Amino acid sequence: MSGGAVLAIDFLKPFEFEFFRNGIIVATLAGALCGVVGSYVVLRNMSYIGHGLSHAIFGGYAVAGLLGINLFLGAGAWGLLAALTIGAIVRSRPIGSDAAIGVVTTAAFAFGLVIVQIYGSNGPNADALLFGNVLGVTLADVWLIIGVSICALAFIFLGYRQLLFTTFDAEVAKATGVNTGLIDGLLMVLLSATVISTMNVLGVTLIAASLVVPAVVARMLTDSFPRMLILAGVIGAVSGFVGMNASYHLDVASGPTIVLTSAVFFIVAFAAGVPLRRRIGVAHGAH
Amino acid sequence: MNEVFIQATNLTVTYGSEPVLVEVDLEVAEGDLLGIVGPSGSGKSTLLKALLGSVAPLSGQVERRAGLTVGLVPQVEHIDWSFPVTVAECVGMARARGWRTPWITRSERAEICEITERLGLGGLEGRHIRDLSGGQQQRVFLARALFTDAKVIFLDEPTSGLDVRTRHEVLHLLGELNEQGLTIVLTTHDLNGIAAHLPRIVCLNTTVIGEGSPNEVLIPDVLERTYGSPMRVLEHGGMRVVVDSPLFLLDEKSA
Ligand SMILES: Nc1ncnc2c1ncn2[C@@H]1O[C@H](COP(=O)(O)OP(=O)(O)OP(=O)(O)O)[C@@H](O)[C@H]1O
Ligand SMILES: [Mg+2]
Repeated sequence: MSGGAVLAIDFLKPFEFEFFRNGIIVATLAGALCGVVGSYVVLRNMSYIGHGLSHAIFGGYAVAGLLGINLFLGAGAWGLLAALTIGAIVRSRPIGSDAAIGVVTTAAFAFGLVIVQIYGSNGPNADALLFGNVLGVTLADVWLIIGVSICALAFIFLGYRQLLFTTFDAEVAKATGVNTGLIDGLLMVLLSATVISTMNVLGVTLIAASLVVPAVVARMLTDSFPRMLILAGVIGAVSGFVGMNASYHLDVASGPTIVLTSAVFFIVAFAAGVPLRRRIGVAHGAH
Repeated sequence: MNEVFIQATNLTVTYGSEPVLVEVDLEVAEGDLLGIVGPSGSGKSTLLKALLGSVAPLSGQVERRAGLTVGLVPQVEHIDWSFPVTVAECVGMARARGWRTPWITRSERAEICEITERLGLGGLEGRHIRDLSGGQQQRVFLARALFTDAKVIFLDEPTSGLDVRTRHEVLHLLGELNEQGLTIVLTTHDLNGIAAHLPRIVCLNTTVIGEGSPNEVLIPDVLERTYGSPMRVLEHGGMRVVVDSPLFLLDEKSA
């Protein structure tokens, strides 16, 4: 057999396992979903929120595990509460969004940690939650992320202009008649759902990077909003797919390999800089 | 008598405990071209926001004619210039209410091109908003407000940071739009270049100090109460020219 064939077989081998196929689907969709949702997050200067929310939701898992209620529902409610609290604090503007995120989500995380240390955890393995683990991916996770992705697409498709207007210029959007409060709230719901549905493969500690890096790379490559959305989704999906394969072959957690793959995109985009923008044909003028 | 579009009565607005507007009465009627002048921090932007309804008053009320659409051109300092939108995308987002396709439809594109053409932005539709001159940037946001099909447009300092010629262009354009039936309310710091050319001016400093035509309002007494420092008004070729205090003081000394 030629070396190429051996490599190909080696590459295809893990696809024989159902857990890996599930993992690949979840990782690819997770990357795309985080890339798209992350674009809105980054453009609102709320890059830090992914990091904060994932920690808050980790706390929610602990509490839900203790109370014996459905983990997704418990963690989801917890994360959503944190997200909406942050949104409300930011809107009333006593402090900036980074500070609001810092206060609310670390408190929610700490509360979870205290609960776990006092009562022990009935929830899923903490390591897997922190760093992502393909072995933890179940069929339910696959359906969950498919569902969240469909909801995300529907929301962005139906509310595209309102979302764009609110993200770019909330004050004028509101004056023009856009229900910016509703749009903000729905975006926070979507963000929470994204974090929860991708936590298994990306891990609490690395979700933030999946939300931020593809969006930032896409922003470096284009000055057009719709192109940025699409590019961020594609970069995220490729990172998820490549990173999940790397995770299997290198036998390390999936979160880091996915994030490192998207970091490679960042380095390439950064190093190539303006020439790359020109080649893609969307740059106008210098900066 | 033209139809009243927006009516503010006894409007008081505070941020926290700080009163920013106190008992302001103001009427915007169809076909108005109204300028709001006043020193920095006098509440001009806040008054626009209150009239739009994006800031809730502490007391008093703002009545808008039912179904009235109002467009707002924000102060350029409030715009995120690194946001990834092209001119066409920026204008297109304005039609956001109700169900709209994510993409700009063919008929909308034609409308956008008509507006950009009219505002002298033809051919720039694919440009990023940062890669434009100050006057062009100002007009992009005017185009966005026009694309909402607004009956009334508010402009917050539409000529700040523009050179004399571009300022005249913007003023001329606004005059033209007004003649075609658009109701316009703007704020400005430029008494001679802008305010003196408008049919109606409101002098604002927390409350309305004076209201009327430039001849009625651009007088030393009203200006001094508005700006809190003495000003001299000269007649020059039938136009009023406001000279602010440093020059005034110099004059006094040499006299
Ligand atoms: N969101 C806010 N929160 C608290 N105070 C505010 C807020 N916005 C404005 N202010 C205060 O209200 C006052 C009026 O502000 P406003 O922006 O209306 O003034 P302005 O006349 O538009 O000034 P400028 O000419 O500098 O634009 C100022 O003292 C300002 O500090
Ligand atoms: Mg202002």
